[in-house]
Amino acid sequence: MSAQARAGTRAARFQAKLAATEAQLAGLELPASSGWLRRARENALLRLKAMGLPEKRDEYWRYTDPARLSGATVTPAKVFQITDESAVFDGIDRLKLVFVDGVFDAQASDVLALEGIEISRLADAGQRDIHWAQDLYGAIETEGQSPVARPMAVRNTALASDGVLIRVTGKPSKPVSIVYRRKSETADAVLHHVIRLEPGAEMTLLENGPVAARFSIDLEACIADGATLHHVRAQGRDHERSGITHLFARLGEKSVFKSFTMSANGAVLRNEAVIWLNGKGGSAHVAGAAMGDGAFHHDDTVFITHAAPDCESRQVFKKVLHNGAVSVFQGKILVKQIAQLTDGYQISQALLLGDNSQFLAKPELEIYADDVKCSHGSTSGELDPDQLFYLRSRGMPEAEAQGLLVLAFLAEAVDEIASEELAEEIRVRLAGWVNRHKA
Amino acid sequence: MLEIKNLHVKLEEEDKAILKGVDLTVEAGKVHAIMGPNGSGKSTLAYVLAGREGYEVTDGSAKLEGAELLDMEPEERAAAGMFLAFQYPVEIPGVGNMTFLRTAVNAQRKARGEDEMSSGDFLKAIRAKAKDLKIDAEMLKRPVNVGFSGGEKKRNEILQMAMLEPRMCILDETDSGLDVDAMKLVADGVNALRSTGRGFLVITHYQRLLDHIKPDVVHIMSEGRIIKSGGPELALEVEQNGYADILAEVQA
Ligand SMILES: Nc1ncnc2c1ncn2[C@@H]1O[C@H](COP(=O)(O)OP(=O)(O)OP(=O)(O)O)[C@@H](O)[C@H]1O
Ligand SMILES: [Mg+2]
Repeated sequence: MSAQARAGTRAARFQAKLAATEAQLAGLELPASSGWLRRARENALLRLKAMGLPEKRDEYWRYTDPARLSGATVTPAKVFQITDESAVFDGIDRLKLVFVDGVFDAQASDVLALEGIEISRLADAGQRDIHWAQDLYGAIETEGQSPVARPMAVRNTALASDGVLIRVTGKPSKPVSIVYRRKSETADAVLHHVIRLEPGAEMTLLENGPVAARFSIDLEACIADGATLHHVRAQGRDHERSGITHLFARLGEKSVFKSFTMSANGAVLRNEAVIWLNGKGGSAHVAGAAMGDGAFHHDDTVFITHAAPDCESRQVFKKVLHNGAVSVFQGKILVKQIAQLTDGYQISQALLLGDNSQFLAKPELEIYADDVKCSHGSTSGELDPDQLFYLRSRGMPEAEAQGLLVLAFLAEAVDEIASEELAEEIRVRLAGWVNRHKA
Repeated sequence: MLEIKNLHVKLEEEDKAILKGVDLTVEAGKVHAIMGPNGSGKSTLAYVLAGREGYEVTDGSAKLEGAELLDMEPEERAAAGMFLAFQYPVEIPGVGNMTFLRTAVNAQRKARGEDEMSSGDFLKAIRAKAKDLKIDAEMLKRPVNVGFSGGEKKRNEILQMAMLEPRMCILDETDSGLDVDAMKLVADGVNALRSTGRGFLVITHYQRLLDHIKPDVVHIMSEGRIIKSGGPELALEVEQNGYADILAEVQA
């Protein structure tokens, strides 16, 4: 085939993709809204139609089939009842915001008041002049469309029916905790949160729960100079749900963003993180511990851009895969020419328990500055038989020794959580999971 | 205490016989030493007794107080009182030394139907024993053997032995890599555990350790067999003349 013919085929494919997207979105009603929110949604819908919904053939979706996430219909998912442990973060003093199948539940939530922050609900924000949110909603997401298109995030901006808008002006005394509960087997939740941390502000955001049979969550965070955002997320133990999340974070000078995600089970789960270090001396850490047993497809896709000097970034992802579980890691560090003295670190590791589990990793570095320190590594392997024997020779039963080694494997990711109280909460959940899923 | 009879062992993966009929009995309260050239099968014997995978026992038996060890899982052997101080202690990143020891102590107690040790009692015991071995508190917090020097690893093995209080202790070249003072500490640790109800099998290349831990019996192993046994003077003979004379004498 000639170059010209190939280009022709590509163009034809793209046209077909746009036509399919158009057809799928044809009957779709945007959530009722007015004012700035309506405009942002309409704008996103136009952008989505010009971009097309993702297809398996797209390079960025090579390892994860987007059909179930982007399709017109929701694959039903049984609600998974957890009776053997309390909900994550239950013991933590926090301001709780509850969403049930993607709809805010004021009754179940705390009063939205906490010193140092302003909170409003996205669903009734349209008519109100929330200037700061107006400037950010869909804006950071739009920046995140280059150099890689993220149509699922655009779809979210267009269709999000609820979410929270949080402006942090001080240092609130406790974490803001978003709790996602499920009731329906077919709910399709689209949530969009926007957070702005003013200079020097500091907050911890917690998220936990299974969300919905299918869900899409966008979080846009603008972290101003000297501000700090801690984010700890536990995506539940729900087996059949599918979902995609996007984390967009823009960091100013000397600001800090630390995000940790624990994911267990799920039919298809993709977590994207797109982060810009825009000011000198910023620091961004994204980490994850994912565990799957059986029909589990999990995907961490991370893109960190160093656009200022003296910044540090870390990506630490660990996956424990049993009985045919599949996990993907696509992680990139992009260092722009201006970003001298960048310190970038990336590690992704899978522990394969059982024969047919799979880890697909695509680590990437793209560096245009000359004075940088960047390292990346990716491994997959089984438990070390010498370590296992050593523990057993000291009297530990095989299952217990295996559990200890699995937790040890996950430790580097959990250690990324700054708060010892939260790290311990996560460790207990990981230990519970490991005990329930013996190799 | 430990009774090994006609033990034949080959590698599981290849057709290579390593132990070719080992007979050895360690009585309660006694210290036996094994010496022998590199590659003669000393570590293999220790591993097979502890239950490491990769070996196939083709003949013979090994009983600990009458119970067949070779039928047990490694953790069952440990609970029955078997302990091996490794020639090469294994590093385990991510598992704290203290957590490791507490889990091990309690796993053994559980297997024997005893109560778990309270954290208070455990801490008190481990602090005292670590102090005797000059292992500082910082080392107890670090991951198991990670970043430990060769000598620190060996002392950590003895600490584990002291905490687990096994009945049958096998020490595989615990003296190698130790400086003179550390060797004294380790020997003191072992001597403190010597008692009428406990047996020791000490694998070593050097007489020096045996100056501190006085053996009752010394065995020479060569090519997978115990070729000679005797009193402590046998170790001195090896130290002075090497193995050539003994090998020649046996072959003659
Ligand atoms: N897993 C294995 N694979 C291959 N060869 C092995 C294995 N284990 C032991 N051997 C071989 O068996 C023989 C005995 O080894 P072993 O480690 O028991 O000797 P040793 O007496 O402890 O020696 P050293 O004094 O050097 O510690 C050696 O030839 C060794 O190479
Ligand atoms: Mg050896």
